Amino acid sequence: MAKKKFVVGCFDDEAVLFPAVKKVRTAGYKIHDVYTPFPVHGLDHAMGLRETSLHTAGFIYGITGTTTALSGISWVLTYDWPLNYGGKPHFALPAWIPITFELTVLFAAVGMVLTFCYLCQMAPFVKKHHFHPRATDDLFVMVIECTDKTNTADLEAFLSNNGAMEVKTEIAEDGWWFGRYDKDELPFEQKTVVA
Amino acid sequence: MHLKYESQLREPLVYGSKTYHDVTEDIVRPIEAKPSKLWYIGFYIAIALLLFGVYSLYRDVTYGIGQWNLNKTIGWGWDITNFVWWVGIGHAGTLISAILLLFRQGWRTGVNRAAEAMTIFAVMCAGQFPIWHMGRVWMAFFVLPYANTRGPVWVNFNSPLLWDVFAISTYFTVSLLFWYSGLLPDMATIRDRAFTKLRKRLYGIASFGWNGSTKHWQRHESLALVLAGLSTPLVLSVHTIVSFDFATSVIPGWHTTIFPPYFVAGAVFSGFAMVQSLMVIVRKVFGMEDYITMGHIEAMNKVIVLTGSIVGVAYLTELFMGWYSQNKYEGYTFWYSRANLFSPYGWSYWGMMACNVLSPQIFWFRKMRRNLFVTFFMSVIVNIGMWFERFVIIVTSLYRDYLPSSWAVYYSPTIWEIGFYLGTFGLFFTCFFLFAKYFPVIAIAEIKYVLKTSGESFKDDMDKQELMKAEEFAHEYAH
Repeated sequence: MAKKKFVVGCFDDEAVLFPAVKKVRTAGYKIHDVYTPFPVHGLDHAMGLRETSLHTAGFIYGITGTTTALSGISWVLTYDWPLNYGGKPHFALPAWIPITFELTVLFAAVGMVLTFCYLCQMAPFVKKHHFHPRATDDLFVMVIECTDKTNTADLEAFLSNNGAMEVKTEIAEDGWWFGRYDKDELPFEQKTVVA
Repeated sequence: MHLKYESQLREPLVYGSKTYHDVTEDIVRPIEAKPSKLWYIGFYIAIALLLFGVYSLYRDVTYGIGQWNLNKTIGWGWDITNFVWWVGIGHAGTLISAILLLFRQGWRTGVNRAAEAMTIFAVMCAGQFPIWHMGRVWMAFFVLPYANTRGPVWVNFNSPLLWDVFAISTYFTVSLLFWYSGLLPDMATIRDRAFTKLRKRLYGIASFGWNGSTKHWQRHESLALVLAGLSTPLVLSVHTIVSFDFATSVIPGWHTTIFPPYFVAGAVFSGFAMVQSLMVIVRKVFGMEDYITMGHIEAMNKVIVLTGSIVGVAYLTELFMGWYSQNKYEGYTFWYSRANLFSPYGWSYWGMMACNVLSPQIFWFRKMRRNLFVTFFMSVIVNIGMWFERFVIIVTSLYRDYLPSSWAVYYSPTIWEIGFYLGTFGLFFTCFFLFAKYFPVIAIAEIKYVLKTSGESFKDDMDKQELMKAEEFAHEYAH
């Protein structure tokens, strides 16, 4: 949680964004993030982000579920309180497959979603700084972090030359905090909509 | 690798020449507008049904399930019929969002959000039936395996009824997570364009602070893919396990090895029919014809004719086995209690055959698949037929068991049994009306994602590339 200085460039077409990302990186600037309204394929590679390991976490949660189910059921039915169900063996593995499977899926799904929220720092009542309100509508917003040496005017011109339709410099919080969105400015004019 | 564009032979998934902003506008409009009179009328009818259901359940709890016409012989009647019916309907959403995602079926984007919501509401309705059927509903928590002071005496992990507890609750949880994680970006879209303080605040809470970061999108896509991979076997397992409730018993008519695939096909069949009923109305009322196109409707009708025919094959296989097994009890159930039109419940068997097997065959004709009226009419017919199917399986197998002295007299439900069923309709539609008003009925981000590969105007722009020579194309686009 610290205030930093950012230069923001907004693009209205992903076809323009891609070469711009490449050029900005070659020029040696550090891209803080690109905010897009939908997942743009290949953008993570273009920005040099590494692959996510979320699916590995999912696998680990899944086998945790499998182990929990198998060890729990076998402990209950063979050791803690072995009951005779119609003369069938106490250790009735085939009959446990359904519950084992369900718990595998349940653990993997719940674990992954919680991990996802943790990694992305997302939860109800969490607030983050908005560089542009249209980033969730139709703009691709590239945010570049400034260092002491960055000449913001140069950088802004550089972004404009590479197709950014709107550029600005902002000092903003880069983390999250608990807050409300209704304190923000309202981006669109009040309008009346008829059904 | 991402395709540059889709073949011209495929119908566009989004009609009209739209920008990303137009997509947002079109889908968010019903949320920002005041609901129409029609919405209020529908909503109040749903609430009225719900209240009637609550009153029926009040009687059920106060006087016991003797309020229903169940007896010792027919211990499962409308109640469990309705349970299986709702669970079946609850299969289409996850099938559309998970299996079709893995199969890379682009058309799922138009209908997945509403279908997933429908799934969640249908499973909520389904869950009511086994719970209230317990009679002493305040002891419902006994089905959970928790360390108790009674020994501890545990639940029977070998019982299909307990498998059901795990299957339905897991299915509900995973569907809810899948649906809501997909909704987060769209909630953020609504939040950022909201022009009232209240809306901004509430959607701000609901969107978990989503901001569209590339890293978040990368994780989001990974999450969606893995959840789809998990949900695919899950959705097949749920109705398989529901069918085990019957198939692991020794009741003629239930003791059948083909039950799991037959139940799953039936579930997809009825689920798609319910999606059709809702989508035909939603696209009309909200003017979403550009997003839920005739192509979408046709694709779903194809699934309906396929799964309806699978179910038909299963019915015929059962009849064949009833004769071929040379088992008197099987033969009696299938050939007397069911297929004989003049036996007490013969009408339900032939109702099922007419609705599920014969009538969907009209969808072999393209003209019929693309006719909205026929589609809507058939979707209702299919769900009536699938209700009959569960009624046939449950009641015709039970009412004449091995001991003729315990054969039941004709079973018909009481008003409170029907009231409970109507109440779940109330619950379902109350939830769906609220969903349609406060949530985006179409996945906004996913439509934007396919817009430039499958949108009509963008596909037309590709005509000149189609005409290019291979060398020219390579010169222009190869990197």
